Amino acid sequence: MKAKLTALLGWVDARFPLTSSWKTHLAEYYTPKNFNFWYFFGSLAIFVLVLQVLTGIFLTMHYKPDASLNASGVPVAFASVEYIMRDVSWGWLIRYMHSTGASAFFLVIYLHMFRGLLYGSSRKPRELIWLVGMFIYLALMAEAFFGYLLPWGQMSFWGAQVIVNLFSTIPLIGPDLSLWLRGDFVVGDATLNRFFAFHVILVPLVLLGLVAVHVLALHAVGSNNPDGIEIKKNKDANGIPLDGIPFHPYYTVKDIVGVVVFLSAFSIILFFMPEFGGYFLESNNFYPADPLVTPPHIAPVWYFTPFYSMLRAVTINFFWIDAKFWGVVTMGAGTLILLFLPWLDRSPVKSIRYKGPIFKTAVAIFVICFLVLGYLGLLAPTPLRTLVSQICTVLYFAFFLLMPIYSKLDKCKPEPERLSG
Amino acid sequence: MRKLLFTLLLLPLSVLASGTELHLDKAPDRARDVAALQNGAKVFVNYCLNCHSASYMRYNRLRDIDLSEEQIRENLMFTADKVGELMKIAMRRDEAKIWFGKPPPDLTIIARARASEFGSGSDWLYTYLRSFYRDNTRPTGWNNLVFENVAMPHALWELQGQQVVGADHKLVLAKPGKLKPEEYDALVSDLVGYLQFMAEPIAETRKQLGVLVLVVLGVLLVFSYALKREYWKDVH
Amino acid sequence: MGCDDKVDCGRRRLVLATATVGGVTGIVAAVPFVASMLPSERAKSAGAPVEVDISKLTPGQIITVEWRGKPVWIVNRTKEMLDSLKKVADKVSDPNSDKQMQPEYCKNETRSIKPEIFVAVGICTHLGCSPTDKFKTGAESGIDADWQGGFLCPCHGSTFDLAGRVYKNKPAPDNLEVPAHKYLSDSKIVIGIGQDGKAA
Repeated sequence: MKAKLTALLGWVDARFPLTSSWKTHLAEYYTPKNFNFWYFFGSLAIFVLVLQVLTGIFLTMHYKPDASLNASGVPVAFASVEYIMRDVSWGWLIRYMHSTGASAFFLVIYLHMFRGLLYGSSRKPRELIWLVGMFIYLALMAEAFFGYLLPWGQMSFWGAQVIVNLFSTIPLIGPDLSLWLRGDFVVGDATLNRFFAFHVILVPLVLLGLVAVHVLALHAVGSNNPDGIEIKKNKDANGIPLDGIPFHPYYTVKDIVGVVVFLSAFSIILFFMPEFGGYFLESNNFYPADPLVTPPHIAPVWYFTPFYSMLRAVTINFFWIDAKFWGVVTMGAGTLILLFLPWLDRSPVKSIRYKGPIFKTAVAIFVICFLVLGYLGLLAPTPLRTLVSQICTVLYFAFFLLMPIYSKLDKCKPEPERLSG
Repeated sequence: MRKLLFTLLLLPLSVLASGTELHLDKAPDRARDVAALQNGAKVFVNYCLNCHSASYMRYNRLRDIDLSEEQIRENLMFTADKVGELMKIAMRRDEAKIWFGKPPPDLTIIARARASEFGSGSDWLYTYLRSFYRDNTRPTGWNNLVFENVAMPHALWELQGQQVVGADHKLVLAKPGKLKPEEYDALVSDLVGYLQFMAEPIAETRKQLGVLVLVVLGVLLVFSYALKREYWKDVH
Repeated sequence: MGCDDKVDCGRRRLVLATATVGGVTGIVAAVPFVASMLPSERAKSAGAPVEVDISKLTPGQIITVEWRGKPVWIVNRTKEMLDSLKKVADKVSDPNSDKQMQPEYCKNETRSIKPEIFVAVGICTHLGCSPTDKFKTGAESGIDADWQGGFLCPCHGSTFDLAGRVYKNKPAPDNLEVPAHKYLSDSKIVIGIGQDGKAA
């Protein structure tokens, strides 16, 4: 029996790199032994991605991307979501998994990105991993935006309306561009159908491809760690890093614990507060889309609000173009500036553990600004709120733009030779 | 350091959060009171389901509040033939638009749609249904404190009686109805309880299942953590 | 497999136990996904029992009603038609309806509750075409000279008698299905729920 299995494995290995892939990516992928709490979020992101794809497939079996009205005067798409929630066996569970999963995805990704910032994971030789990761983040934003239209509720409709109209602020081509994106003069059936196509196939394909590249690039250069030093510098006689341990079994068993803890938190939200106080499922989205009535207060879902605040913070016209366009530019720059992080940090050390007080303060201010911006994005603007969001926006950009200067000035501690544990 | 971070964070937020307030009365919880929900269903079918549809709700879903198919057919079905049918209405939307100015909204998930930072959807509905008052400037003769210039007349006025706005914007019962104020409040509680149930019939099952899922995950956590510790003995 | 080292042995047991707990949880977690593909409440409502008024169905006539998206025939058989059943008994492959193609209360000579009223799902048991009725007898039917009346499937030529029993040496393997049905009154029957109270 065993001999036959070995023979079969040999047959496969002669035709496909099965054993060698297993070794390269799991059993002999040497990982720093000092990963801490922050290092759970990479594997969790993959887990949530799988969860979203799986629940998404089952939702498409029942969902109908159709904006026309049914006999009761309700848009078919909206009614099909309620159909899933009520008439399909276990449909409610699958739908809540998908809607909670969307927010969970962003939470996990934000924490994963913050980890990269803390420990300098984006810096040489991991610039490409960071860049690809940022593309994943951008694709994820697109995925969430397209998906949010599908329930065809009031927030879906008006959210899409506002975001698509952002494109119309671009000088010259703007209005035609947003018309082309919508495929109609308002967000309508054509928009819903193409967003459905983007959400269920185009963007997921891009996401899966990017995730593969992200992981392959990581496994080529090796993982960073909380000390920010290279474990490959210290190898034993066999060429195995002294501070490295095989990913499998050590980090697989550890990540399983992470997944179970994550699932517990996920379940608490899913089973006991699926709307999460209106932050995951907004109450206005329980009204079907009505192109004639805008809800009194519209805000994007929480994961977009920091950038939405930046959009609203710009209230001054520059040159001959009005503030609306510069708001869009600011919002776009707010996301794209993250792409340059690997080259902005000029500090001699990577990890926050060995950085000096200036950098630590800067990170603290940055975190506070990001959270305040996120919070303000949920609220209706007032003069005071706009002022605060303007200050936070300036500080947000200052964190990045001034980084080459203050990271050089900072008094760093010396990095250790080996992992400090 | 962390404490400082937290206070720094919370200070500006409390200043920024202030806004206009809408005071809502807390709706009594009827989620586990089957008799009240059954009564609410009866009120709903008799008073609401003529103008408002509940077009995602099937009659036989009422089995979740312990009503048999026989009971549903005998007591609650006036417009449909089969218990598996949706709670639709005969009124046409275009006609309704002419009569009321806009078609009465579908009520299936109204209790979820009406949730806000001021209270749950139930709280809003509970307050709303008790805040109608006489207003002769309105075409229907009715207005509402929570929903200004509402298109709907007070459908339950015979039960509640007629309220008017008294001094300091408080409602006073000018003409009593068939029910005493406490009885009317209880009836509205049942109705709102039913609307909450109808908005998400699975809600109670969902919570029960959630407890079970967490127990299973707890067991899984014990095993996976033990396994992790076992392997990590090699490393430490 | 041997278990030489004490540490390894405990570890193997733990891996096995965790894998079992995790595996069982995984399988249970798959149930909702599989179950979501079963007929929904809407489909069940659409597939609910159908009431049919047969007061206007005169002898020798057939009506077709839709139940769960399938044609269901109701035939009011004349005396001659019923007599023909005995004549063809040796030509059909399952004359006594031994195969479970009908509810227990229709396992009789006429495959029906009342002898004259025949209810059947009008779907050929071969590959699912709907047979057409051929009630005319003899050569006039266009089938053969001693045809006693029945049904012909246009797709592959299977023939059935007036109780839906399939003739020998035809592609269809079984008699036509008799659905669960019951009488509410003399002139009203329900298809989809049986005399015995069992739903189809």
